Amino acid sequence: MGTQASTSHEKPETSEEARKPRQPILKAHTRKLVIRGMRYAFIIVGALVVLFPIYLMITTSLKPRVLAFAIPPHWTFIPTLGSYQIVLFQANFVRFFFNSLTVALGATLGSVLIAALASYGLVRFQIRGGGVFLALTLILKMIPEVILLVPVFLLWNSLGLINTRIGLILVYVALNLAFNIWIIRAFMMDIPRELEQSAEIDGCPELTIFSRIMLPLVAPGMSVAAIFTFRLAWNEFVLGLALTDRFTRTLPVAVSNYITDVGVQWGPITAIATIIAVPAFLFTFFAARSLISGLTAGAVKG
Amino acid sequence: MPSVSTRSSVTPWLFLTPAFVVIALILLYPVFSGVRLSFFSYSMRDFAVGADPTFVGLDNFRHLFASPHFRNSIRVTLTFVGSVVALEMVVGLALALLMEDEKLKGLRLFRTLFVLPIMIAPVVVGLVWRFMYHPSYGILNYFLQTLGADPVMWLSDPGMALPSIIIADVWQWTPFVFLIVLAGLQSVPKDLTEAGIVDGCSYLQNLFHIKLPMIGSVLLVAAILRLIDAFRALVVIFVMTYGGPGVSTEVLSLHLYKTAFTAQRLGRASAVAVILLGILLILSATLAIRTLRSERR
Repeated sequence: MGTQASTSHEKPETSEEARKPRQPILKAHTRKLVIRGMRYAFIIVGALVVLFPIYLMITTSLKPRVLAFAIPPHWTFIPTLGSYQIVLFQANFVRFFFNSLTVALGATLGSVLIAALASYGLVRFQIRGGGVFLALTLILKMIPEVILLVPVFLLWNSLGLINTRIGLILVYVALNLAFNIWIIRAFMMDIPRELEQSAEIDGCPELTIFSRIMLPLVAPGMSVAAIFTFRLAWNEFVLGLALTDRFTRTLPVAVSNYITDVGVQWGPITAIATIIAVPAFLFTFFAARSLISGLTAGAVKG
Repeated sequence: MPSVSTRSSVTPWLFLTPAFVVIALILLYPVFSGVRLSFFSYSMRDFAVGADPTFVGLDNFRHLFASPHFRNSIRVTLTFVGSVVALEMVVGLALALLMEDEKLKGLRLFRTLFVLPIMIAPVVVGLVWRFMYHPSYGILNYFLQTLGADPVMWLSDPGMALPSIIIADVWQWTPFVFLIVLAGLQSVPKDLTEAGIVDGCSYLQNLFHIKLPMIGSVLLVAAILRLIDAFRALVVIFVMTYGGPGVSTEVLSLHLYKTAFTAQRLGRASAVAVILLGILLILSATLAIRTLRSERR
Protein backbone atom coordinates (compact mmCIF):
# COMPACT_ATOMS: atom_id res chain seq x y z
CA MET A 1 0.00 0.00 0.00
CA GLY A 2 2.57 2.51 -1.12
CA THR A 3 -0.18 4.99 -1.86
CA GLN A 4 -0.52 5.64 1.81
CA ALA A 5 2.71 7.61 1.99
CA SER A 6 1.26 10.84 3.28
CA THR A 7 4.27 13.13 3.02
CA SER A 8 6.47 12.42 0.06
CA HIS A 9 9.51 14.56 -0.51
CA GLU A 10 11.64 13.92 -3.55
CA LYS A 11 13.60 17.15 -3.53
CA PRO A 12 16.05 18.00 -0.79
CA GLU A 13 14.39 20.37 1.60
CA THR A 14 15.17 22.03 4.80
CA SER A 15 14.15 19.94 7.76
CA GLU A 16 11.52 22.42 8.87
CA GLU A 17 9.67 22.25 5.59
CA ALA A 18 9.84 18.47 5.52
CA ARG A 19 7.90 18.24 8.75
CA LYS A 20 4.94 20.12 7.33
CA PRO A 21 2.40 18.18 5.28
CA ARG A 22 2.75 19.59 1.79
CA GLN A 23 -0.68 18.75 0.45
CA PRO A 24 -3.72 20.86 1.24
CA ILE A 25 -5.52 19.45 4.26
CA LEU A 26 -8.69 18.64 2.36
CA LYS A 27 -6.87 16.44 -0.14
CA ALA A 28 -5.13 14.48 2.59
CA HIS A 29 -8.51 14.01 4.19
CA THR A 30 -10.15 12.57 1.07
CA ARG A 31 -7.18 10.27 0.55
CA LYS A 32 -7.61 9.01 4.08
CA LEU A 33 -11.28 8.36 3.41
CA VAL A 34 -10.52 6.45 0.22
CA ILE A 35 -7.95 4.30 2.00
CA ARG A 36 -10.36 3.60 4.81
CA GLY A 37 -13.01 2.64 2.26
CA MET A 38 -10.59 0.24 0.59
CA ARG A 39 -9.75 -1.29 3.94
CA TYR A 40 -13.44 -1.84 4.61
CA ALA A 41 -13.89 -3.43 1.20
CA PHE A 42 -11.08 -5.92 1.84
CA ILE A 43 -12.35 -6.71 5.30
CA ILE A 44 -15.88 -7.30 4.09
CA VAL A 45 -14.67 -9.60 1.32
CA GLY A 46 -12.60 -11.45 3.93
CA ALA A 47 -15.60 -11.79 6.22
CA LEU A 48 -17.76 -13.09 3.37
CA VAL A 49 -15.17 -15.73 2.50
CA VAL A 50 -14.95 -16.78 6.15
CA LEU A 51 -18.69 -16.93 6.66
CA PHE A 52 -19.87 -18.38 3.36
CA PRO A 53 -19.17 -22.09 4.05
CA ILE A 54 -20.90 -21.78 7.43
CA TYR A 55 -23.86 -19.99 5.87
CA LEU A 56 -24.09 -22.70 3.21
CA MET A 57 -24.07 -25.44 5.84
CA ILE A 58 -26.87 -23.89 7.87
CA THR A 59 -29.08 -23.03 4.90
CA THR A 60 -28.63 -26.46 3.32
CA SER A 61 -29.72 -28.07 6.58
CA LEU A 62 -32.90 -25.98 6.47
CA LYS A 63 -33.76 -26.62 2.83
CA PRO A 64 -36.52 -28.95 1.75
CA ARG A 65 -35.08 -32.23 0.50
CA VAL A 66 -35.51 -31.52 -3.22
CA LEU A 67 -33.74 -28.18 -3.02
CA ALA A 68 -30.68 -29.36 -1.07
CA PHE A 69 -28.92 -30.54 -4.22
CA ALA A 70 -30.41 -28.14 -6.70
CA ILE A 71 -27.96 -26.37 -9.02
CA PRO A 72 -28.28 -23.45 -9.59
CA PRO A 73 -28.81 -23.13 -5.85
CA HIS A 74 -32.02 -21.64 -4.52
CA TRP A 75 -30.94 -18.64 -2.48
CA THR A 76 -34.44 -18.13 -1.20
CA PHE A 77 -36.61 -20.95 0.06
CA ILE A 78 -39.08 -21.71 2.79
CA PRO A 79 -37.03 -23.16 5.63
CA THR A 80 -38.07 -26.52 6.96
CA LEU A 81 -36.90 -28.66 9.84
CA GLY A 82 -37.32 -31.83 7.76
CA SER A 83 -33.64 -32.72 7.83
CA TYR A 84 -33.50 -32.22 11.58
CA GLN A 85 -36.54 -34.43 11.97
CA ILE A 86 -34.82 -37.20 10.03
CA VAL A 87 -31.73 -36.87 12.18
CA LEU A 88 -33.54 -36.66 15.52
CA PHE A 89 -35.66 -39.70 14.90
CA GLN A 90 -32.72 -41.72 13.72
CA ALA A 91 -32.50 -44.57 16.21
CA ASN A 92 -29.26 -43.54 17.87
CA PHE A 93 -28.91 -39.83 17.46
CA VAL A 94 -30.06 -38.97 20.97
CA ARG A 95 -27.70 -41.55 22.41
CA PHE A 96 -24.73 -40.13 20.47
CA PHE A 97 -25.67 -36.62 21.46
CA PHE A 98 -25.69 -37.52 25.14
CA ASN A 99 -22.43 -39.44 24.76
CA SER A 100 -20.85 -36.32 23.33
CA LEU A 101 -22.31 -34.12 26.04
CA THR A 102 -21.29 -36.45 28.89
CA VAL A 103 -17.78 -36.88 27.56
CA ALA A 104 -17.28 -33.16 26.92
CA LEU A 105 -18.66 -32.06 30.31
CA GLY A 106 -16.81 -34.79 32.20
CA ALA A 107 -13.52 -33.98 30.52
CA THR A 108 -13.99 -30.25 31.10
CA LEU A 109 -14.77 -30.64 34.80
CA GLY A 110 -11.92 -33.08 35.44
CA SER A 111 -9.29 -31.27 33.44
CA VAL A 112 -10.03 -27.78 34.79
CA LEU A 113 -10.16 -28.98 38.41
CA ILE A 114 -6.91 -30.95 38.18
CA ALA A 115 -5.23 -28.07 36.38
CA ALA A 116 -6.41 -25.55 38.99
CA LEU A 117 -4.99 -27.72 41.79
CA ALA A 118 -1.67 -28.10 39.99
CA SER A 119 -1.42 -24.39 39.15
CA TYR A 120 -2.04 -23.53 42.78
CA GLY A 121 0.71 -25.92 43.84
CA LEU A 122 3.09 -24.37 41.34
CA VAL A 123 2.33 -20.74 42.11
CA ARG A 124 1.96 -20.84 45.88
CA PHE A 125 4.86 -23.08 46.78
CA GLN A 126 8.19 -22.50 45.17
CA ILE A 127 8.72 -26.12 44.24
CA ARG A 128 12.13 -27.26 43.12
CA GLY A 129 11.81 -28.46 39.52
CA GLY A 130 8.67 -26.43 38.96
CA GLY A 131 10.26 -24.81 35.91
CA VAL A 132 11.14 -28.18 34.45
CA PHE A 133 7.58 -29.34 35.01
CA LEU A 134 6.26 -26.27 33.19
CA ALA A 135 8.60 -26.80 30.24
CA LEU A 136 7.45 -30.42 30.14
CA THR A 137 3.78 -29.43 30.05
CA LEU A 138 4.52 -27.03 27.23
CA ILE A 139 5.99 -29.86 25.18
CA LEU A 140 3.18 -32.25 26.14
CA LYS A 141 0.73 -29.74 24.69
CA MET A 142 2.07 -30.63 21.26
CA ILE A 143 1.42 -34.38 21.44
CA PRO A 144 -1.08 -35.11 18.68
CA GLU A 145 -4.02 -37.41 19.27
CA VAL A 146 -2.84 -39.73 16.53
CA ILE A 147 0.39 -40.60 18.38
CA LEU A 148 -1.62 -41.81 21.37
CA LEU A 149 -3.85 -43.87 19.12
CA VAL A 150 -2.10 -47.25 19.19
CA PRO A 151 -0.67 -47.21 22.74
CA VAL A 152 -3.87 -45.95 24.37
CA PHE A 153 -5.93 -48.40 22.32
CA LEU A 154 -3.78 -51.27 23.66
CA LEU A 155 -3.67 -49.88 27.21
CA TRP A 156 -7.42 -49.25 27.39
CA ASN A 157 -8.02 -52.79 26.14
CA SER A 158 -5.95 -54.27 28.93
CA LEU A 159 -7.56 -52.01 31.55
CA GLY A 160 -11.11 -52.62 30.33
CA LEU A 161 -11.56 -48.95 29.48
CA ILE A 162 -11.98 -49.51 25.75
CA ASN A 163 -15.41 -48.55 24.38
CA THR A 164 -16.33 -46.73 27.58
CA ARG A 165 -17.17 -43.08 27.99
CA ILE A 166 -14.94 -42.82 31.06
CA GLY A 167 -11.99 -44.05 28.99
CA LEU A 168 -12.57 -41.31 26.45
CA ILE A 169 -13.02 -38.71 29.20
CA LEU A 170 -9.66 -39.65 30.74
CA VAL A 171 -7.81 -39.19 27.45
CA TYR A 172 -9.37 -35.77 26.88
CA VAL A 173 -8.63 -34.71 30.48
CA ALA A 174 -4.97 -35.51 29.83
CA LEU A 175 -4.83 -33.96 26.37
CA ASN A 176 -5.88 -30.48 27.46
CA LEU A 177 -4.30 -30.53 30.92
CA ALA A 178 -1.05 -28.84 29.89
CA PHE A 179 -2.86 -25.93 28.23
CA ASN A 180 -5.15 -25.56 31.25
CA ILE A 181 -2.28 -25.50 33.74
CA TRP A 182 -0.52 -22.92 31.62
CA ILE A 183 -3.56 -20.64 31.41
CA ILE A 184 -4.74 -20.92 35.01
CA ARG A 185 -1.20 -20.50 36.33
CA ALA A 186 -0.84 -17.26 34.34
CA PHE A 187 -4.01 -15.90 35.99
CA MET A 188 -2.90 -17.02 39.48
CA MET A 189 0.46 -15.29 39.12
CA ASP A 190 -1.35 -11.95 38.91
CA ILE A 191 -3.00 -12.37 42.29
CA PRO A 192 -1.16 -10.62 45.13
CA ARG A 193 0.50 -13.02 47.56
CA GLU A 194 -0.64 -10.94 50.55
CA LEU A 195 -4.13 -12.24 50.04
CA GLU A 196 -3.18 -15.86 50.71
CA GLN A 197 -0.73 -14.85 53.42
CA SER A 198 -3.35 -13.02 55.44
CA ALA A 199 -5.73 -15.95 55.11
CA GLU A 200 -2.95 -18.21 56.25
CA ILE A 201 -2.33 -16.08 59.33
CA ASP A 202 -6.03 -16.29 60.12
CA GLY A 203 -5.53 -20.05 60.25
CA CYS A 204 -7.31 -20.99 57.07
CA PRO A 205 -6.57 -24.55 55.96
CA GLU A 206 -4.75 -24.76 52.65
CA LEU A 207 -7.69 -26.32 50.83
CA THR A 208 -9.96 -23.50 51.98
CA ILE A 209 -7.52 -20.86 50.74
CA PHE A 210 -7.53 -22.68 47.43
CA SER A 211 -11.27 -23.13 47.05
CA ARG A 212 -12.63 -20.00 48.77
CA ILE A 213 -10.02 -17.41 47.85
CA MET A 214 -8.07 -18.53 44.81
CA LEU A 215 -10.70 -20.21 42.65
CA PRO A 216 -13.18 -17.31 42.59
CA LEU A 217 -10.37 -14.91 41.70
CA VAL A 218 -9.17 -16.95 38.72
CA ALA A 219 -12.66 -17.69 37.40
CA PRO A 220 -11.95 -15.90 34.09
CA GLY A 221 -8.87 -18.09 33.54
CA MET A 222 -10.83 -21.20 34.41
CA SER A 223 -13.53 -20.28 31.93
CA VAL A 224 -10.92 -19.96 29.16
CA ALA A 225 -9.58 -23.38 30.16
CA ALA A 226 -13.10 -24.83 30.30
CA ILE A 227 -14.08 -23.55 26.86
CA PHE A 228 -10.98 -24.98 25.23
CA THR A 229 -11.31 -28.35 26.96
CA PHE A 230 -14.97 -28.57 25.98
CA ARG A 231 -14.05 -27.67 22.42
CA LEU A 232 -11.40 -30.40 22.27
CA ALA A 233 -13.61 -33.11 23.73
CA TRP A 234 -16.72 -32.13 21.76
CA ASN A 235 -14.89 -31.85 18.42
CA GLU A 236 -12.33 -34.65 18.66
CA PHE A 237 -12.64 -37.36 16.08
CA VAL A 238 -9.76 -39.85 15.71
CA LEU A 239 -9.53 -41.09 19.29
CA GLY A 240 -13.31 -41.14 19.45
CA LEU A 241 -13.32 -43.36 16.38
CA ALA A 242 -10.75 -45.81 17.74
CA LEU A 243 -11.79 -45.94 21.39
CA THR A 244 -15.60 -46.23 21.18
CA ASP A 245 -18.12 -48.70 19.83
CA ARG A 246 -21.60 -48.22 18.40
CA PHE A 247 -23.02 -47.57 21.86
CA THR A 248 -20.47 -45.09 23.13
CA ARG A 249 -19.52 -43.21 19.99
CA THR A 250 -19.69 -39.44 19.93
CA LEU A 251 -21.38 -37.12 17.41
CA PRO A 252 -18.34 -36.37 15.19
CA VAL A 253 -17.77 -40.11 14.77
CA ALA A 254 -21.45 -40.71 14.12
CA VAL A 255 -21.63 -38.06 11.41
CA SER A 256 -18.62 -39.51 9.60
CA ASN A 257 -20.43 -42.84 9.44
CA TYR A 258 -23.35 -41.07 7.90
CA ILE A 259 -21.43 -40.45 4.68
CA THR A 260 -20.70 -44.10 4.03
CA ASP A 261 -23.99 -45.42 5.38
CA VAL A 262 -26.39 -43.24 3.49
CA GLY A 263 -24.27 -42.07 0.61
CA VAL A 264 -24.83 -38.39 0.01
CA GLN A 265 -27.79 -37.23 2.06
CA TRP A 266 -26.58 -33.69 2.43
CA GLY A 267 -29.71 -32.51 4.23
CA PRO A 268 -29.26 -34.74 7.31
CA ILE A 269 -25.46 -34.48 7.13
CA THR A 270 -25.52 -30.68 7.22
CA ALA A 271 -28.15 -30.86 9.98
CA ILE A 272 -25.88 -32.94 12.24
CA ALA A 273 -22.91 -30.77 11.26
CA THR A 274 -24.88 -27.70 12.33
CA ILE A 275 -25.81 -29.33 15.63
CA ILE A 276 -22.14 -30.18 16.24
CA ALA A 277 -21.24 -26.57 15.50
CA VAL A 278 -23.77 -25.06 17.97
CA PRO A 279 -21.34 -24.88 20.94
CA ALA A 280 -18.79 -23.21 18.64
CA PHE A 281 -21.40 -20.55 17.73
CA LEU A 282 -22.37 -20.03 21.37
CA PHE A 283 -18.77 -19.68 22.54
CA THR A 284 -17.94 -17.35 19.69
CA PHE A 285 -20.80 -14.98 20.34
CA PHE A 286 -20.86 -15.03 24.12
CA ALA A 287 -17.21 -15.52 25.05
CA ALA A 288 -15.24 -14.08 22.16
CA ARG A 289 -12.83 -12.32 24.46
CA SER A 290 -11.98 -15.51 26.37
CA LEU A 291 -11.52 -17.33 23.07
CA ILE A 292 -9.14 -14.76 21.69
CA SER A 293 -7.13 -14.62 24.90
CA GLY A 294 -6.89 -18.43 24.86
CA LEU A 295 -5.89 -18.59 21.21
CA THR A 296 -3.21 -15.95 21.51
CA ALA A 297 -1.95 -17.14 24.92
CA GLY A 298 1.78 -17.54 24.94
CA ALA A 299 2.28 -15.75 21.65
CA VAL A 300 1.69 -12.22 22.87
CA LYS A 301 2.85 -11.06 26.24
CA GLY A 302 0.41 -9.41 28.64
CA MET B 1 4.15 -16.24 62.61
CA PRO B 2 3.36 -19.20 60.45
CA SER B 3 5.09 -19.20 57.12
CA VAL B 4 5.04 -21.47 54.13
CA SER B 5 8.08 -23.36 55.41
CA THR B 6 6.51 -24.37 58.72
CA ARG B 7 3.61 -25.97 56.92
CA SER B 8 3.82 -29.59 55.99
CA SER B 9 6.09 -30.00 52.99
CA VAL B 10 3.71 -32.66 51.75
CA THR B 11 0.96 -30.12 51.01
CA PRO B 12 2.36 -28.78 47.71
CA TRP B 13 2.67 -32.28 46.38
CA LEU B 14 -0.95 -33.04 47.23
CA PHE B 15 -1.97 -30.28 44.83
CA LEU B 16 0.31 -31.51 42.09
CA THR B 17 -0.28 -35.24 42.42
CA PRO B 18 -3.48 -35.54 40.36
CA ALA B 19 -1.83 -33.73 37.44
CA PHE B 20 1.30 -35.88 37.73
CA VAL B 21 -0.73 -39.08 37.78
CA VAL B 22 -2.84 -38.10 34.76
CA ILE B 23 0.16 -36.94 32.73
CA ALA B 24 2.25 -39.97 33.64
CA LEU B 25 -0.46 -42.56 33.01
CA ILE B 26 -2.27 -41.13 30.00
CA LEU B 27 0.47 -39.21 28.18
CA LEU B 28 3.97 -40.28 29.18
CA TYR B 29 3.41 -44.01 29.61
CA PRO B 30 1.58 -44.40 26.27
CA VAL B 31 4.20 -42.34 24.46
CA PHE B 32 7.02 -44.45 25.92
CA SER B 33 5.22 -47.72 25.27
CA GLY B 34 4.58 -46.52 21.72
CA VAL B 35 8.26 -45.78 21.22
CA ARG B 36 9.08 -49.23 22.61
CA LEU B 37 6.55 -50.89 20.31
CA SER B 38 8.23 -49.33 17.29
CA PHE B 39 11.08 -51.85 17.77
CA PHE B 40 8.67 -54.79 17.75
CA SER B 41 6.68 -56.64 15.16
CA TYR B 42 3.10 -56.65 16.38
CA SER B 43 -0.13 -56.91 14.42
CA MET B 44 -3.78 -56.53 15.31
CA ARG B 45 -4.01 -60.28 14.85
CA ASP B 46 -1.23 -60.91 17.40
CA PHE B 47 -3.15 -58.62 19.71
CA ALA B 48 -6.44 -60.47 19.13
CA VAL B 49 -4.97 -63.91 19.88
CA GLY B 50 -2.90 -62.60 22.78
CA ALA B 51 0.51 -63.22 21.19
CA ASP B 52 3.50 -61.27 22.48
CA PRO B 53 5.25 -58.68 20.30
CA THR B 54 8.45 -59.94 18.65
CA PHE B 55 11.58 -57.80 18.97
CA VAL B 56 12.86 -56.85 15.50
CA GLY B 57 15.26 -54.01 16.25
CA LEU B 58 15.17 -51.29 13.62
CA ASP B 59 13.32 -53.39 11.02
CA ASN B 60 10.19 -51.23 11.13
CA PHE B 61 12.18 -48.10 10.38
CA ARG B 62 14.17 -49.82 7.65
CA HIS B 63 10.91 -50.95 6.06
CA LEU B 64 9.47 -47.46 6.26
CA PHE B 65 12.38 -45.72 4.62
CA ALA B 66 12.45 -48.32 1.86
CA SER B 67 8.70 -48.00 1.25
CA PRO B 68 7.62 -45.66 -1.57
CA HIS B 69 4.27 -45.37 0.19
CA PHE B 70 5.89 -43.87 3.30
CA ARG B 71 8.21 -41.62 1.32
CA ASN B 72 5.19 -40.37 -0.60
CA SER B 73 3.46 -39.48 2.65
CA ILE B 74 6.54 -37.53 3.78
CA ARG B 75 6.50 -35.62 0.49
CA VAL B 76 2.76 -34.92 0.73
CA THR B 77 3.14 -33.79 4.35
CA LEU B 78 5.97 -31.39 3.55
CA THR B 79 4.08 -29.93 0.57
CA PHE B 80 0.95 -29.52 2.67
CA VAL B 81 2.70 -28.03 5.70
CA GLY B 82 4.91 -25.71 3.66
CA SER B 83 2.02 -24.40 1.56
CA VAL B 84 -0.50 -23.86 4.33
CA VAL B 85 1.91 -22.18 6.73
CA ALA B 86 3.32 -19.86 4.04
CA LEU B 87 -0.13 -18.89 2.75
CA GLU B 88 -1.65 -18.46 6.19
CA MET B 89 1.22 -16.29 7.41
CA VAL B 90 1.06 -13.99 4.37
CA VAL B 91 -2.73 -13.66 4.26
CA GLY B 92 -3.04 -13.47 8.05
CA LEU B 93 -0.44 -10.71 8.27
CA ALA B 94 -2.06 -8.78 5.42
CA LEU B 95 -5.50 -8.98 7.05
CA ALA B 96 -4.11 -7.91 10.40
CA LEU B 97 -2.41 -4.88 8.82
CA LEU B 98 -5.68 -3.96 7.12
CA MET B 99 -7.63 -4.14 10.34
CA GLU B 100 -5.06 -2.80 12.73
CA ASP B 101 -6.48 0.74 12.68
CA GLU B 102 -8.43 0.86 15.91
CA LYS B 103 -10.70 3.61 14.67
CA LEU B 104 -12.30 1.21 12.18
CA LYS B 105 -15.90 0.72 13.19
CA GLY B 106 -17.06 -2.84 13.66
CA LEU B 107 -13.53 -4.15 14.19
CA ARG B 108 -14.63 -6.14 17.25
CA LEU B 109 -17.44 -7.78 15.31
CA PHE B 110 -15.13 -8.85 12.50
CA ARG B 111 -12.57 -10.14 14.94
CA THR B 112 -15.30 -12.20 16.56
CA LEU B 113 -16.53 -13.59 13.25
CA PHE B 114 -13.01 -14.64 12.34
CA VAL B 115 -12.90 -16.94 15.38
CA LEU B 116 -15.70 -19.14 14.03
CA PRO B 117 -13.70 -21.36 11.63
CA ILE B 118 -11.18 -22.14 14.37
CA MET B 119 -13.85 -23.24 16.81
CA ILE B 120 -15.83 -25.47 14.48
CA ALA B 121 -15.11 -29.21 14.60
CA PRO B 122 -12.64 -30.43 11.96
CA VAL B 123 -15.18 -33.10 10.98
CA VAL B 124 -17.68 -30.38 10.17
CA VAL B 125 -15.11 -28.35 8.23
CA GLY B 126 -14.22 -31.43 6.19
CA LEU B 127 -17.87 -32.22 5.46
CA VAL B 128 -18.79 -28.69 4.43
CA TRP B 129 -15.83 -28.36 2.08
CA ARG B 130 -16.51 -31.78 0.64
CA PHE B 131 -20.02 -30.58 -0.09
CA MET B 132 -18.75 -27.39 -1.75
CA TYR B 133 -16.17 -29.31 -3.77
CA HIS B 134 -18.70 -31.81 -5.13
CA PRO B 135 -18.14 -32.03 -8.91
CA SER B 136 -21.79 -31.81 -9.97
CA TYR B 137 -23.78 -30.15 -7.18
CA GLY B 138 -20.98 -28.37 -5.40
CA ILE B 139 -21.30 -24.60 -5.14
CA LEU B 140 -17.71 -23.92 -6.26
CA ASN B 141 -18.18 -25.51 -9.66
CA TYR B 142 -21.45 -23.62 -9.99
CA PHE B 143 -19.57 -20.35 -9.40
CA LEU B 144 -16.87 -21.37 -11.88
CA GLN B 145 -19.43 -22.19 -14.54
CA THR B 146 -21.28 -18.94 -13.94
CA LEU B 147 -18.00 -17.18 -14.63
CA GLY B 148 -17.64 -19.20 -17.82
CA ALA B 149 -14.84 -21.48 -16.57
CA ASP B 150 -14.72 -25.25 -16.82
CA PRO B 151 -15.74 -27.27 -13.78
CA VAL B 152 -12.87 -28.66 -11.70
CA MET B 153 -12.76 -32.19 -10.31
CA TRP B 154 -11.59 -30.82 -6.98
CA LEU B 155 -11.17 -33.88 -4.82
CA SER B 156 -11.16 -36.65 -7.42
CA ASP B 157 -8.38 -35.25 -9.60
CA PRO B 158 -5.04 -36.46 -8.12
CA GLY B 159 -3.41 -33.17 -9.13
CA MET B 160 -6.14 -31.00 -7.57
CA ALA B 161 -6.91 -32.92 -4.37
CA LEU B 162 -3.95 -31.61 -2.35
CA PRO B 163 -4.45 -27.97 -3.43
CA SER B 164 -8.15 -28.33 -2.53
CA ILE B 165 -7.23 -29.54 0.95
CA ILE B 166 -4.73 -26.71 1.28
CA ILE B 167 -7.48 -24.20 0.44
CA ALA B 168 -9.75 -25.63 3.14
CA ASP B 169 -6.95 -25.48 5.72
CA VAL B 170 -6.07 -21.91 4.76
CA TRP B 171 -9.75 -21.02 5.18
CA GLN B 172 -9.85 -22.54 8.65
CA TRP B 173 -6.52 -21.39 10.08
CA THR B 174 -5.68 -18.01 8.51
CA PRO B 175 -7.93 -16.36 11.14
CA PHE B 176 -5.70 -17.86 13.84
CA VAL B 177 -2.59 -16.18 12.41
CA PHE B 178 -4.63 -13.02 11.96
CA LEU B 179 -5.72 -12.92 15.61
CA ILE B 180 -2.20 -13.46 16.94
CA VAL B 181 -0.61 -10.91 14.61
CA LEU B 182 -3.35 -8.37 15.33
CA ALA B 183 -2.78 -8.74 19.07
CA GLY B 184 0.93 -8.30 18.41
CA LEU B 185 0.40 -5.17 16.30
CA GLN B 186 -1.84 -3.62 18.91
CA SER B 187 0.87 -4.08 21.52
CA VAL B 188 3.35 -2.03 19.47
CA PRO B 189 3.64 1.30 21.31
CA LYS B 190 1.74 3.99 19.40
CA ASP B 191 4.42 6.66 19.89
CA LEU B 192 6.90 4.55 17.91
CA THR B 193 4.89 4.51 14.70
CA GLU B 194 3.75 8.09 15.23
CA ALA B 195 7.37 9.17 15.63
CA GLY B 196 8.06 7.44 12.31
CA ILE B 197 5.26 9.36 10.61
CA VAL B 198 6.44 12.67 12.04
CA ASP B 199 9.94 11.94 10.73
CA GLY B 200 8.43 11.52 7.28
CA CYS B 201 8.52 7.72 7.03
CA SER B 202 6.34 6.32 4.29
CA TYR B 203 3.85 3.61 5.19
CA LEU B 204 6.16 0.94 3.83
CA GLN B 205 9.22 2.31 5.66
CA ASN B 206 7.17 2.39 8.83
CA LEU B 207 6.06 -1.19 8.19
CA PHE B 208 9.44 -2.70 7.40
CA HIS B 209 11.62 -0.72 9.79
CA ILE B 210 9.37 -0.29 12.80
CA LYS B 211 6.30 -2.53 12.91
CA LEU B 212 7.57 -5.83 11.51
CA PRO B 213 10.76 -5.85 13.62
CA MET B 214 8.62 -5.08 16.69
CA ILE B 215 6.34 -8.06 16.07
CA GLY B 216 9.08 -10.36 14.79
CA SER B 217 8.85 -12.71 17.75
CA VAL B 218 5.04 -12.80 17.54
CA LEU B 219 5.29 -13.78 13.87
CA LEU B 220 7.79 -16.49 14.76
CA VAL B 221 5.55 -17.97 17.44
CA ALA B 222 2.54 -17.88 15.13
CA ALA B 223 4.56 -19.70 12.46
CA ILE B 224 5.79 -22.38 14.88
CA LEU B 225 2.29 -22.93 16.29
CA ARG B 226 0.95 -23.32 12.76
CA LEU B 227 3.80 -25.66 11.79
CA ILE B 228 3.05 -27.91 14.76
CA ASP B 229 -0.67 -27.96 13.99
CA ALA B 230 -0.14 -28.50 10.27
CA PHE B 231 2.03 -31.56 10.94
CA ARG B 232 -0.76 -32.90 13.15
CA ALA B 233 -3.55 -32.18 10.66
CA LEU B 234 -5.57 -35.29 10.04
CA VAL B 235 -9.31 -35.10 10.47
CA VAL B 236 -10.21 -32.65 7.71
CA ILE B 237 -8.22 -34.76 5.24
CA PHE B 238 -9.67 -37.97 6.66
CA VAL B 239 -13.18 -36.72 5.98
CA MET B 240 -12.53 -35.03 2.64
CA THR B 241 -10.41 -37.57 0.76
CA TYR B 242 -9.24 -40.28 3.21
CA GLY B 243 -5.82 -39.80 1.56
CA GLY B 244 -7.09 -40.28 -1.97
CA PRO B 245 -7.30 -40.33 -4.87
CA GLY B 246 -4.65 -43.04 -4.64
CA VAL B 247 -2.25 -41.74 -2.02
CA SER B 248 -2.10 -38.18 -3.34
CA THR B 249 -3.28 -36.60 -0.07
CA GLU B 250 -2.05 -39.17 2.42
CA VAL B 251 -0.19 -37.12 5.03
CA LEU B 252 1.99 -38.73 7.70
CA SER B 253 -0.68 -38.78 10.40
CA LEU B 254 -3.18 -40.42 8.05
CA HIS B 255 -0.52 -42.92 7.00
CA LEU B 256 -0.10 -43.72 10.69
CA TYR B 257 -3.84 -44.24 11.14
CA LYS B 258 -4.12 -46.49 8.11
CA THR B 259 -1.05 -48.53 9.03
CA ALA B 260 -2.58 -49.18 12.46
CA PHE B 261 -6.23 -49.75 11.63
CA THR B 262 -6.36 -50.76 7.96
CA ALA B 263 -3.07 -52.61 7.47
CA GLN B 264 -3.33 -53.52 11.19
CA ARG B 265 0.42 -53.31 11.73
CA LEU B 266 0.73 -51.80 15.18
CA GLY B 267 4.53 -52.05 15.40
CA ARG B 268 5.07 -50.31 12.10
CA ALA B 269 2.43 -47.68 12.90
CA SER B 270 4.37 -46.96 16.10
CA ALA B 271 7.49 -46.38 14.03
CA VAL B 272 5.57 -43.76 12.00
CA ALA B 273 4.43 -42.25 15.30
CA VAL B 274 8.05 -42.02 16.50
CA ILE B 275 9.05 -40.12 13.36
CA LEU B 276 6.09 -37.73 13.66
CA LEU B 277 6.84 -37.27 17.36
CA GLY B 278 10.48 -36.47 16.55
CA ILE B 279 9.46 -33.68 14.16
CA LEU B 280 6.99 -32.22 16.66
CA LEU B 281 9.42 -32.45 19.57
CA ILE B 282 11.99 -30.37 17.72
CA LEU B 283 9.37 -27.74 16.91
CA SER B 284 7.82 -27.63 20.35
CA ALA B 285 11.18 -27.60 22.16
CA THR B 286 12.09 -24.50 20.14
CA LEU B 287 8.85 -22.91 21.23
CA ALA B 288 9.19 -24.01 24.86
CA ILE B 289 12.69 -22.56 25.16
CA ARG B 290 11.54 -19.28 23.63
CA THR B 291 8.48 -19.02 25.88
CA LEU B 292 10.36 -19.81 29.07
CA ARG B 293 12.96 -17.20 28.20
CA SER B 294 10.32 -14.51 27.73
CA GLU B 295 8.58 -15.66 30.97
CA ARG B 296 11.78 -15.02 32.90
CA ARG B 297 12.21 -11.54 31.54
